[in-house]
This record gives sequence, C-alpha cells and structure tokens, in this order.
Amino acid sequence: MARIDTVADYPLAENRPGLVKTARGKALADLTLDAVMAGEVTLEDLRITPQALQDQARVATLAGRPTLGRNFERAAELIAVPQDYLLKVYELLRPGRAKSKADLLEAAKILRETYAATKMASFVEEAAEVYEKRGLFTFRF
Amino acid sequence: MNEPSQPGANRWRRFSDWDERPLRLDRFAVEDPANGFAAFNGAKDPKPGLAVAQGKVAVMDGVPAAEFDMIDTYIARHHLDLDLAETAMAVPSQQIARMLVDISVPRTDLTRLAHGLTPAKLAEVVAQLSSMELAFAFSKMRTRKTPGNQGHVTNAKDDPLQLAADAATAVAFGFDEVETTMRVARNAWSNALACAVGAAVGRWGTLFQCSSEEAEELQIGMAGFTSYAETVSVYGTEKAFTDGDDTPWSKAFLAAAYASRGIKMRCTSGAASELLMGFHESKSLLYLEARCLCLQRAMGVQGTQNGGIDGAPLASTMPGGVRELLAENLIAAWLDLECATGNDARHSESEIRVGAKILPYLIAGSDFICSGMGSILAYDNSFNPSSFNGEEMEDFLVLQRDFEADGGLTSVNESRALELRRRATDALGAVLEELGLGQPTDAMKRSVVIASGSNDTDSYLPRDVALISEAIKARGINVLDVIKALAKRGFKDEAQNLLNVVRLRVSGDYLQTAAVVRQGHVISAVNDPNDYVGPGSGYRLNEQRRAELAAIRDVLTREEVLRTEATYAGPETRRIRYHALGEAKSTGPKNEIVIGVSPAFGLKLFRTLAGHPLSAVLKALSEGIAEKGGIPRIVRMRHTADTSFLGLSAARLAGSGIGIGIQAKGTAVIHQADRLPHHNLELFSNAPITSLDHYRRLGENAATYAAGEMPEPVVVTNNGEAMGARFHAQVALIYAIETSLTQDGAKPEDIKIDFLETA
Repeated sequence: MARIDTVADYPLAENRPGLVKTARGKALADLTLDAVMAGEVTLEDLRITPQALQDQARVATLAGRPTLGRNFERAAELIAVPQDYLLKVYELLRPGRAKSKADLLEAAKILRETYAATKMASFVEEAAEVYEKRGLFTFRF
Repeated sequence: MNEPSQPGANRWRRFSDWDERPLRLDRFAVEDPANGFAAFNGAKDPKPGLAVAQGKVAVMDGVPAAEFDMIDTYIARHHLDLDLAETAMAVPSQQIARMLVDISVPRTDLTRLAHGLTPAKLAEVVAQLSSMELAFAFSKMRTRKTPGNQGHVTNAKDDPLQLAADAATAVAFGFDEVETTMRVARNAWSNALACAVGAAVGRWGTLFQCSSEEAEELQIGMAGFTSYAETVSVYGTEKAFTDGDDTPWSKAFLAAAYASRGIKMRCTSGAASELLMGFHESKSLLYLEARCLCLQRAMGVQGTQNGGIDGAPLASTMPGGVRELLAENLIAAWLDLECATGNDARHSESEIRVGAKILPYLIAGSDFICSGMGSILAYDNSFNPSSFNGEEMEDFLVLQRDFEADGGLTSVNESRALELRRRATDALGAVLEELGLGQPTDAMKRSVVIASGSNDTDSYLPRDVALISEAIKARGINVLDVIKALAKRGFKDEAQNLLNVVRLRVSGDYLQTAAVVRQGHVISAVNDPNDYVGPGSGYRLNEQRRAELAAIRDVLTREEVLRTEATYAGPETRRIRYHALGEAKSTGPKNEIVIGVSPAFGLKLFRTLAGHPLSAVLKALSEGIAEKGGIPRIVRMRHTADTSFLGLSAARLAGSGIGIGIQAKGTAVIHQADRLPHHNLELFSNAPITSLDHYRRLGENAATYAAGEMPEPVVVTNNGEAMGARFHAQVALIYAIETSLTQDGAKPEDIKIDFLETA
C-alpha cells in the first residue's frame, strides 16, 4: 500500500502528521519555540526530507500534475547533494560553461555514483546530448 | 517644464489639450510583425501541428524533430503527453475555445486536454477569445479558488528598519507574498533578514522572497530567511534563453534545487522579453509566451508569473497588447500553473489605462492579482514603479469594494498601522542589537515609524546596510539565530510566527501548486481547487469578507452628518432669528419677490454645501433684491423640499409673480408664476461652488425680472469637478432631513427675520 492514496491526505502536516518527520527524526510537534531556545532544533530539522518530497510528488501526481511530481522526485535526489556541488552543477548547465559533452557526463556520473541521484543524472545526460546538438559548448565570456 | 506648445491657427486646440495629458507620455508602436511587433499574429508564427512516429514526436508546429531547438526538444520530451496528444490536437481550435468559456465543461477536462497541445495550438485557441471571454475563461481556469495578491517591500536606501516596518504593514494589508530586492547588490542579506522579521509582526503566513543573484538567492533561502523564489526566468526563443545565460535544463535543475531546499518556486516569463532582448524570430508575443509556458509545465514548476512582467510596457505599445497579456495568463492557468498575473511593472502613465488593465483580473480573481503591487511609494520601489504603488493602494481597496471583488487586500486603520510599524522597528532593532549587527537609535526608529517613504526617514543609509549585510553573510547568521534573538528580547509572538513559516518546509505542503497560507493553514490548488461551474459556484465572498472589503477608511454615516450639522446650529442662532407669522399671505406689491425656503432651512440645517451660513445666504439674496428695487418676503414651504416647486410656489405667492426657491443645502432657482414646474428662469444647481456673490446677483436678477426686464443670467462656472462623487452621499443624507419635514397639503408660512450680527 502506498503511503498516500488520495489528495485528501493533503496538507500532510495537518492530515497525515505522522508521515512528516525531520531529517533527524523529529515530529513537527517537536519543533517548538521552547525547543529552539533550548538548542534542540537545528537548521537540519527545518529542512525538507527526501521522503517528504516523494510524498509531495505522489500528491502532485494524484492531483493530475505529473510533471510537477517528476520535479519533486528529481528534487528528492538533490537533497543529499551539498550546496557547493549543487551550485557547481547548475553553473555547468549554463550556456558555454561546459567545454565539452564530457564535462556534463562527468557531472552526471558523480550525481549517479556519489549521490545516487539517478533521475537527475539522466537529466544531465539528456542536457549533454542536446547541448552538443545545439552547439552550446562554445566560449561565451 | 516646457512651455505648452503654441497652437497655430490651423490646429484644433483640443489636440493641444490632449498633448498635455499623462497618456501622451506613453509612446505607441505600429504593428510590424516582421520586426516582432505583433501581439497575436507573428510573421513567422507556425501553424499548429503534431506528428508522432515510433512513440516520439516527429514534427511539432511545423518543425521536424531534427531541426528542434532546445525549447522544442524540451517541450516535445517533457510537456506533451503522447498518449493523448494526437487526439487532443485533432479537436478544432474553435471548439476548444468554446469549451474554455463553457460552464458545462469542467476545468479538469481542459487541463488534461492541454497536456496534449502544442504551443501553437494553445496560442491559436486563446487568440479566438475576446477580452471578455479571456477574463471569463481565466476566472474558470485559474488554479486556486481563493484569490490572493503579492506586494513589493523595498526602499531607496535599503534601510532595514523601514523594510521591517513596511513588511509588517504589507502583511497587515493582506498580501500573501512579499517580495524584496535591493538597490545595492551586497545588501541582500540585510534586506532578507529585515523583511523576514517585519513579516513576522502581527500574524504569520506571508511567504517572503528576496530577489537577487540566483546562487545567492538560494543561499539566503537555505539560511531560512526566505520561503519562495520567482526570478527563474525562461524565454521563448533559444537565442534569448542563452543570452539570458541559461538553458531549459539549467532552469529545470534550479527548479529541482529550490524544491530540494524546501523553497516554493515559480518561473517568470511574459510577453516581449524576447523582443526586448533582440531575439524575437519574427514571432508574436503570444506564440513565444505559449512556448515559455509549455516549457514551464514541462520543467515541473508549480507556477509562473507572466502577463508581460518587465515586457508589459512594451507589449502595451502594440495594438491588442493588453488583450494579449490576458491571453497569455489564460494559457498559464489552462496549463494548470499557479499564475501571478503580472500587473507589476507599470505599463502606462495614464491612470485610466492602469485602472482599466487591472479590472479583468480583479473581477476574474487570480492566484496573485499583481505579481508585485508596490506596497511602498513608487520612488521606493526598487523593481521600478508598479501598476499600483503605495500611493494608489486605497484606489485598489475601493475598486474591491465597488465590484465586490476580492483582490486579496484588506484596509488597515491608522492606529493599527502605527502600532505594527512601531512593533516591527522595535523587533528589528532588538535583533540587530542582540546579534551585534547595529544599535539603531530611538530617533531613527521614530522617523521610520511615521515615514510614508524613505525621503522622510533619518535612518540607515546604503553603506551602513552593506556592513550589516556582509556581517550576516560572513558570520553565517541564520533564521534560528534571529528567532532566538527575538524571543530573548521579548518578541515571543514574532519569534513563534517566524518559526511557523520556516517549519512549513518540513512537510513541503506549500510546494504544491498555488500554495499560500491563510489563518495558519496551507491552501493550494490541491485542497482549494477552483471549482467554478457557473453562477453560485467557485469563489464567492462570504459575509465576513464582504464586510472587510466594504470597510474602507472615512465612510460617511447619517449620524456623522447630523452631528456636523448640529455644530453649526449654535453660531447660527447668534446671527439670525426666524419668527413664524402663520399662513402666508397670497398677495403683495408689484415689486415683491418671495424667497421660498425649504422645510429644514434654519431649523435643522444651517449651512449650504459650500459652507455659507444660511443667514448669510438670506442676507445676500435680500440685499440683491433690494439693490434692484425689489422687496423680499420670506416664506417657508412645508409641502415640498424640491427646488423647482419651492421656486414655483414662491412665485405664485409673490406680488411680482417672481419667486426664488432655495434648499438648505444651497440649491436655488428663480421661478415665474405662469411657468411649468421644471421650466424655470434660472437654476443654481452647483451648490458646493455657489458663492455669496452669486446669491446676491441671483437676488438682483429676480428683481430685474420682476421689473419686466431681461438680465444676464448668472452662471456658476465649474472646473469639471465630479460634484456627485464629492457630495452626493452627504446630499442624500441632508435631503432626507428636508423631506422628513414635509407634509402633504401643508400651507406655506410667512417668516420674519432678524439679523442679529454680521454673518
């Protein structure tokens, strides 16, 4: 049985609070002001989790928005990617940053092998193929 | 200032008048499809078409797959649902256009159909709708049922104290989202912190954005200060896209990156950006925007801000340009995207064009009516002036009230506004002190609390702000530090509010299409879907919301009018005394002029609308009559309060057959005994601008008519003021006092008057 079978479960924080946990396993109810003041809540507890994004992907798909769902699935994979590397891949995807298809394929490989971001890896590979066809590996500045 | 141009003898001077109108500051462009100046019919717009072979798109909108640019490729692979595309494309465009305005076709049928339509097809369909139909279809197709609005909070100094105060007031006015940006790029962190604190004052749930460089914006979001982003721009031609330094893949990557950080995101697109950037490919605004929107759905973003945005002023220079903006918003909603419907960059210097442009959005409702109304004054708007700025916010509030249309905003009374601004500056001051970022003085805070704009403040300047901003960034201060600082300094509600907003990230509920927070609950297209299927369905004002829209500032009540009149009574009793002498005589000398006053004249009502004491008016009339050899007699009418009948009844009692009728509010008439009631000799209907000198000359003319001569009629000239707008509410309340004193068949009464002192 899927965790979420109906859009009636949404908003999950209200209708399925049991499904919502922070990266360190806290429940929403644990994220109180007192807990913040006591230093028990870190920024890590205020981040979205891969599970939450997969749940939201499911909600989006059930609501008739499959492309939004796929974006959330790619996003779920990016949570594990550190900020610096995330911005590096973004930069590499901009026009003329990668000097050849190989640069992008290398990034795809790291996404797949280091961060298990398989969907995003395929997505970057698709970009590499299209960029080559459209001549985007050219010097810009 | 230039001297007004001297019109020659061969010019109709009306054109010179028109030259001076704000409208003429707008420049208009001729339709020129080859050069990109076409709203709907571009020189090279393709015909819609789709061929699928071996489970892949072989030809889309006339372009074979081998020749696809990046945008075509992305749309063909990620937007089109090939299970239904061929069937969908086969439905005639006119038939689909009719479905869009047919209340018996559910919205969800149309959103599903759109998954199989190409950009050229979407454009061809909506192009068939008139402006009325576009607005109607938009009201049916928009994603979230409850309408909302977004505001800008910026200022010319990047002053964090003012940002906090203005964010607090913007939240109070009801904006669901608040967007800031800065004059100096490195001030982003300070702006974000200040607005986050300000937006936590009063209530929680307003989502907040700091528009800055892409990588930095993401970092600010990760530090917890912001909750959404919308500066992810996409373009409809490949050249414009790469010139904008991105590709569909880099933007889609960014979309996933924002979601992975729990931050709501929408894209930005809109008419004429490709034209502005010089890469329009001789295609129409609408077709290029249809490409942008298919691309956005393909990327999997929840929504868009479109409807021109920065290109709105350019789109509006073209014939049909404003209609095109509506059409492109409709495509966005039809593609099931949250739509922040532009109405931000001001497209015209003409207030009439601005007001006309907002109306369809206001009455149709929109996820965000403005993707940035200036909640601050125009000169403080760091995005450039919006259609509506702080100056015009009350106009917007009144439009909501006029049309009983929910534009997402609510009036805020003066004491509440002041209280919130004080609280916000105190809260921010406490945070700055607690985090060692600054020591704002009471004088600085006081200047900000009462300031309408940054010209009035004596507070932080951009250089001071740069130091604060760089310290926030360098020290890695995040939202938890701010929450703790607030709580520690006694701003517990604000600390809790800010925590509530950041906590939204954990579940990601507000990442769904068109999500906003109302009364502590996330509502979106998922749990508040637009279910419009005709009258009685969809979004309707409930009684409470209707009352909120009605409650604008400074509304006239009957009690207030009566109270004001009562304050005039005292001074009048020191100037004049009326003695009732019983039923009016029916004859008099040949030079007698009767002044017929209304029932409440001098008894319940004491001043004309122009503010003249009635004693002074009677004196002026009497002196004018005497000046030309007449004898005035004053008679109170009790059977009527109507000016014409007051005058005619007076004339019939007068020995000369000439009478003056006058109401307490100052409307007067010269009448003659043998005329029809509404066929008077002279009428003085513009009471608010009738002077005592006019009344004196009125008296003179009455006496001149009595002498059988023909005077020059007195003309009370006006400057085209909308007298009805200014006075009619008051007039109706005052006149009701007059009519309440009338009695059918009551006889006129002679009145003797004593003037006690100079009026």
